[in-house]
Amino acid sequence: MTATATPEAPAEVDLGGEARSRRADWGFRALVTAAGLTVLAVLGLILITTSLRASPAFQDEGLIGFVTGTRWAPNDDVFGTFPMLYGTLVTSIIAMIIAVPVSIGIALFITEVAHRRSRKYIVTVIDLLATVPSVVFGLVAVLVVVPAITPAYQGFADLVAPVPGLNAVFNDTNTGRNYFTASLVLAIMAIPIITSIAREVFATVPETDKQAAYALGATRWEMVKGAILPHSFGGLVGASMLGLGRAMGETIAVALVIGGATTMSANLFEPGNTMAAIIAQQWGESSGLHQDALIAIGVELFAITVLINFLARVVVRRAEIKMKGAHS
Amino acid sequence: MKLNRRAIFGGITAGTLALGLAACGGGGNDEEGGSGDLASGEINASGASFPDAYYAAAIEAYAEVNPDLSVTYNSTGSGTGKSEFGEGLNDFAGTDSLVGDDDGVEAGSFQYIPTVAAPITVSYNLPGVDALQLPQDVLAGIFAGTITTWNDATIAAANPDATLPATAISLAVRSDGSGTTTNFSKFLEAAAPEVWTLGSGDTIEWPGNAIAGEKNTGVAQIIQDTEGAIGYVDLADATESNLVTASIENADGAFVAPTLEGATAALAGAQVEADLSYNPLNAAGAESYPITAPTYILIRTEYEDPEVAAGVKEFVNYLLTDGQALAAENNFAALPTSLQEQALEALNSTIAD
Repeated sequence: MTATATPEAPAEVDLGGEARSRRADWGFRALVTAAGLTVLAVLGLILITTSLRASPAFQDEGLIGFVTGTRWAPNDDVFGTFPMLYGTLVTSIIAMIIAVPVSIGIALFITEVAHRRSRKYIVTVIDLLATVPSVVFGLVAVLVVVPAITPAYQGFADLVAPVPGLNAVFNDTNTGRNYFTASLVLAIMAIPIITSIAREVFATVPETDKQAAYALGATRWEMVKGAILPHSFGGLVGASMLGLGRAMGETIAVALVIGGATTMSANLFEPGNTMAAIIAQQWGESSGLHQDALIAIGVELFAITVLINFLARVVVRRAEIKMKGAHS
Repeated sequence: MKLNRRAIFGGITAGTLALGLAACGGGGNDEEGGSGDLASGEINASGASFPDAYYAAAIEAYAEVNPDLSVTYNSTGSGTGKSEFGEGLNDFAGTDSLVGDDDGVEAGSFQYIPTVAAPITVSYNLPGVDALQLPQDVLAGIFAGTITTWNDATIAAANPDATLPATAISLAVRSDGSGTTTNFSKFLEAAAPEVWTLGSGDTIEWPGNAIAGEKNTGVAQIIQDTEGAIGYVDLADATESNLVTASIENADGAFVAPTLEGATAALAGAQVEADLSYNPLNAAGAESYPITAPTYILIRTEYEDPEVAAGVKEFVNYLLTDGQALAAENNFAALPTSLQEQALEALNSTIAD
């Protein structure tokens, strides 16, 4: 069968001709370019329309006053968003402190330690975690974790009470709805994202590098430290940035557990709020300037996300240059 | 449990509303053009979530009275309800607050119709304390953050029989903008102006010991799982969550527990304005519960489609007559007869037959 079919094949391919394939090439190019431009256009339109609607709030407070003001009082038409900015940054950073090491650990376990057969199941479970809707995490946190964890928080606060510095960050509390619980929820939501990218990154480390490390007498940990981690640094920063983006933008799970206070506290066991959460909480009944201010928070969140991504790119570039220098 | 059911119900109403809108877009309004006495067609409404439980029950009961008229009420919150009313997106709106300048509703384009009222409870979680009496200035002091522990001398003075622990007070408040917050803060403003300096509105700048939850159910949840918490919750959710409620001092100096009878007494003691808005907060009368919140329906003074006008009139008429009987079982207080008659009169003169 195959032997008789082979000679006929080239004749069929020839049917297209050069002009036709060039036209197809042009069409393909146009289509793909349009797809690429769509993203830019949508992003641009979102930015323009939200900025336009937000401008009364920015004008009312002044751009700097809006970002740095610490008083959010819609019934007085005072809109300072710093407590929410603080809440977003604090919860996201704590979430990253928890999630990044755990995720890298999971990814290394999967790629280097786990049995080939069990690997498949672990990956499936982690990916499944990524598909759980965030409201489910929020509900579990608020119905199960919050009531149970409050005594643990108070116990920890009592434990560190004599330690200066720590006792300001972990102080007395009577509620589980606080920055720390929100951070825990965010960490759990970021772990599958960071893990799955870290796994892909580790998979790109050339086998020759690893074998070379072993050949030099490295233990498994020394091989990870010397061959895998330096090669993957840029990718890991990228993975963490995606996780951070998820954490900063997460809305409903945080809105449920953070306690919705528009005051700021250094005590992580106190209620607070984040930028995304306050938009979801207050939108329904808002009108006039209050509504404009909520849209303005969205614009602010967008700007900060872009800024952080930009900084991350700079960090990666610097680190890569440094590492390449060290290698040669 | 409660939370889930609400969420599901919300989803269903949103879905039916969308279907309803789609049907309207199809221009199928002129089928059977009001044959017989009863109206037919579809009525879309949206607004306050506070009376949602009552409206939902009334809509369900009304479907048996007149299956040809389908009414949907989407509990979006008073603010959204009013702005949708201004944009002509709903046929009537539910609102807990009066129409303000920046709500997007033109003056003269609407008529207030009071429907029901409900007491806002002050519920707390303090093991060992089953009864609590709160004078008005003490209540204001607690929510203003000036009274911070349960064994404060002012609370103890009003409750000589209770053993009050030294537990810190946590305030359970609303994270979303809410008509319940508006009414509660308005009451504090009227009752204790020297102590309560945080103003009134659908969001309040609460002191640092406040924990905020989503909707009444969220606040009830916080009170349930936080020892030392005190918060304001509507009677329906407080009853459902088995919360312990405090008796509040009213304008006559009597301590009254939150009940429907107390709320109806407050309505009877309230001054009704010419536009049918009225303020039952801190109303006179020894039996009046002082934190009683009114809720209204906004109907249009002019409807483009006579069939919609007839439908709205028929349904609102039902709410004000037979529907009033459904109020109590859903933890809402029915209107006193005088106000009910005024509301019916306003309905009949606004939408002519």
